[in-house]
Amino acid sequence: MADTALAHGADHGAPHTTTGLSNNKLGMWIFLGSECLLFGGLISTYMLYKGRVSAGPQPDQIYDIPFTSVSSFVLLMSSLTMVLAVSAAHRRDDRNTNLWLTVTALLGATFVGGQVYEFTAFYREGLGFTTSLFGSSFYTLTGFHGVHVTVGIIMLMALVGMVRRNRIPGSKAETVELIGLYWHFVDIVWIVIFTLVYLIPS
Amino acid sequence: MAIIERPSAEIAVAGAAPSGVKPSEALGVFKRPAASTSWKDWLVTVDHKKLGIMYGVAAFFFFIVGGVEALLIRLQLAGPEGKILSADQYNQMFTMHATTMVFLFVMPMVSAFANYFVPLQIGARDVAFPRINAFGFWCWLFGGIFLNTSWFLGGAADGGWFMYAPNSSTLFSPSHGIDFWVLGLQITGIASLTGAINLIVTVLNMRAPGMKLMRMPIFTWMTLVVQFLLLFAMPVITVALFLLSFQRSFDATFFDVAAGADPLLWQHLCWIFGHPEVYILILPSFGIVSEIIPVFSKKPLFGYPIVAMSGAAIGFVGWGVWAHHMFASGLGPVSVAVFSMATMAIAVPTGVKIVNWIMTMWGGKLSFTVPMLFAIGLVVQFTIGGLSGVTHSVAPSDTQQTDTYYIVAHFHYVLFGGAIFGLFAGFYYWWPKIFRKQLSESLGKWNFWLMVIGMNMTFGPMHILGLQGQPRRMQVWTEARAGEGFFNIGFWNRIASLGSFILAVGVLLFIINIIYTHKSKKVAIAPLDPWDARSLEWMTANPPVEHNFDSIPTVNNLDEFFHRKYAEDPNTHEVRQVATAEEVLAELNAHPDEHIHMPSRSYWPILVSLSLPIICYGLIYNRLLMGVGAAFLLLTMFGWAMEPSTAPDDDFDPPAPGEGGGHTKELAPLG
Amino acid sequence: MSTVTEHAGHTDHSHDESHGASDKQYVVIALILAALTAIEVSTYYVDFGPLFMPTLFVLMAVKFVIVVSYFMHLKFDNKLFSYLFYTGLILAIAVYCGALATFKFFLQKG
Ligand code: HEM
Ligand SMILES: [Cu+2]
Repeated sequence: MADTALAHGADHGAPHTTTGLSNNKLGMWIFLGSECLLFGGLISTYMLYKGRVSAGPQPDQIYDIPFTSVSSFVLLMSSLTMVLAVSAAHRRDDRNTNLWLTVTALLGATFVGGQVYEFTAFYREGLGFTTSLFGSSFYTLTGFHGVHVTVGIIMLMALVGMVRRNRIPGSKAETVELIGLYWHFVDIVWIVIFTLVYLIPS
Repeated sequence: MAIIERPSAEIAVAGAAPSGVKPSEALGVFKRPAASTSWKDWLVTVDHKKLGIMYGVAAFFFFIVGGVEALLIRLQLAGPEGKILSADQYNQMFTMHATTMVFLFVMPMVSAFANYFVPLQIGARDVAFPRINAFGFWCWLFGGIFLNTSWFLGGAADGGWFMYAPNSSTLFSPSHGIDFWVLGLQITGIASLTGAINLIVTVLNMRAPGMKLMRMPIFTWMTLVVQFLLLFAMPVITVALFLLSFQRSFDATFFDVAAGADPLLWQHLCWIFGHPEVYILILPSFGIVSEIIPVFSKKPLFGYPIVAMSGAAIGFVGWGVWAHHMFASGLGPVSVAVFSMATMAIAVPTGVKIVNWIMTMWGGKLSFTVPMLFAIGLVVQFTIGGLSGVTHSVAPSDTQQTDTYYIVAHFHYVLFGGAIFGLFAGFYYWWPKIFRKQLSESLGKWNFWLMVIGMNMTFGPMHILGLQGQPRRMQVWTEARAGEGFFNIGFWNRIASLGSFILAVGVLLFIINIIYTHKSKKVAIAPLDPWDARSLEWMTANPPVEHNFDSIPTVNNLDEFFHRKYAEDPNTHEVRQVATAEEVLAELNAHPDEHIHMPSRSYWPILVSLSLPIICYGLIYNRLLMGVGAAFLLLTMFGWAMEPSTAPDDDFDPPAPGEGGGHTKELAPLG
Repeated sequence: MSTVTEHAGHTDHSHDESHGASDKQYVVIALILAALTAIEVSTYYVDFGPLFMPTLFVLMAVKFVIVVSYFMHLKFDNKLFSYLFYTGLILAIAVYCGALATFKFFLQKG
């Protein structure tokens, strides 16, 4: 991502961008704005279809709220560890940066593991991907979110490796911060999904 | 003056020091490709101008493909009981015609102009993310090729360009055509999304000193608006495409009516994307003519802030009208009334623009060059298309018109008469800037008039056909049911088909014009500023050097270039020329910036994007291949992530020649 | 950014001032978030009556805004980031609620 045309003159001290903001960070926020419409579409599809169960279980027959509450809590806490990693990175504290990044990745992996468990449990209880409109839209929405978390984990692990070996092109703190933004975004999407999908019955 | 394509050793040390990397350690997996003049340079380039040319050439190729498809459609309808195409082929033809024209011609041609000219117009040396720019181009190209290979692999998509589900599910379209269509558009969608992020950041963040938002040329303004539309519209169609491909590939039930699905879900997602999309297609052309009309009227654009803001207003209101494509679908009276009103409202900012163009020409010293002719062609023909659009916005009237040729007439007036005429205006206007030679004016006039006659002959009669009740996507007509007298649909179908061939000859003349201009020895190199233009892109060498500007200009005015050439006499208030374009450029180049770092070429964009069609073929034919593609994607993305955007000295392939002089490229003074 | 000066750390200025919270404060914020989540989950066990939906919506929005404002620094950062992100968010809410409204989604039940 660290990729910029270097369009500055001899004056090396001046800010290089019109707004003074980093291109990468600006790009990331714009991307996240766009992601709102992606998840919005998936959530709307789910909302429209959650009550349409021609076969198989209804949403409120199958959700395991205590279990999902725990995994939601895990994901929420991964946001804390992420922000601690960002703050360590700004202090140029590589050791703690790596520590918190690793913890974040582990918490994320716990969440994804919980999702895999949940999917298999639902499947055994008769909710397949093709069972009903509810099934298709539930798995699609939560699956998309899970893929986003997985991508985040991969980025975190790559980041840990690159911080270790000093192979990060560009500013380290900013790279950590950018991945942090992505990670928090995935978390807030889950905040919405947790309420709209799980806590509000059909 | 030193143009540093590879940072000098001293800079590389300073640059890498804090992260502890010794400059001798090669970063990334490959060595960087070094600059060269061979064709290979085009594969690894990250130069926005080269990418713009590549977008343009490839998009024009698809224009011809889409055009041939259109001619086949018109041949089929040229006489009663046409035998050129079977019903099945006919369905594929109109689906792919529209898809090609929208996604593989107009959108990438817009990217071509935006890539080439936005950085020049705002006084930047490149876009914000050059490698992502290259990545977007290759995604788009591979996606387009992927989409078109379906012709040879069992038949192309046949569900119409809006691909209404459930009609597009495997039950009704068992071939792989629609799978190709869905996946191909996903790939080109990545190009649109990354392109949008890139250009928005470029415009917000890379402007020359003094280039305030309200000093930006209108083309840049319209590009900005369009990129926001893309940014927010692409994810919507992405969702729809995912739902459809999950339905087709994994038996999901999203559009399975038996399971209780609502067919309107697809229509909503499709048009929430689709209506912003039509503005994505037209606004850049509005931008182009807003550049051209002032130049050839010798007047500043009338009401510049209004033109900029009405563009933004169109972009905004364009989000609230999508259901006007669904008036006949049983939305219910409240929804129909709301969307009908909103649609009428959107005609207002559009009309405002037309008024502005006319007021710009009013009292100006008009010169009817070919770019100006095409621009005026847009104003006139778009107005006709906009008016028929307003007639659709009246819901009771639309229920008569929808799904007839009247709709076909409407959108061809706005798209061909509007968007494509704008693009042709841009070709003629900017050709000398990009390719150093001016296209022939006399051939260009033939080009223009044949296109005007052809376009109106083809699409004008479609108003009559539609109101007579000829449904769109109708494969044959019969003499027995063609009707009588003036309203005989046989007659008007023949006229339309004849017109389409005149149109084709017009487009052919454009190609002939290009060949003539560049082959003939009689055509001299164009002067630096052939049109007496007003904006910054003309304040560059011909063609622009790789780093665009030797020194970044400081902008003090709207139409900065004009203000450097002309000044008002304080006493007589007469505007007089004070400098030629050559003098302005020489003055700008007199004090070149000392260190100009250009982004380095890279292998990764093309490699990463190459994995996408592999994954998609895998999804259709073989899951193993999909795994291979995914692994390739992951590896190449790692490679990319490890590579810094500007390479240190010794990271070049072939290795940098020698010391000292090898690091910097001394350019001869330009002039 | 990978400019020379950036490497050398001269232009890190935007960071230092943009940090609104210390690590301790982050932990406090996380505790608040955890408490809000606990209330959310309690709606599953305790009957909130007519307050059920409003409570959940308010809590969801509050959690969302807290994460965005503090963990993502939007509160302390340049306003441009907020404009861009919230434009996308509000557009998404408006457009999709509009679409759902045409399905009479909001009239189905209380
Ligand atoms: C004055 C502004 C405009 C108004 C009021 C308007 C209105 C409409 C309406 C109501 C329809 C739906 C008709 C139907 O299917 O029954 C329609 C269709 C269409 N419009 Fe426009 N329009 C306007 C401008 C444009 C522009 C600028 C473009 C593109 C450059 C465009 C492209 C299209 C296309 C492609 C369709 C047909 C889509 C399809 O069914 O395949 N329109 N327009
Ligand atoms: Cu529309």
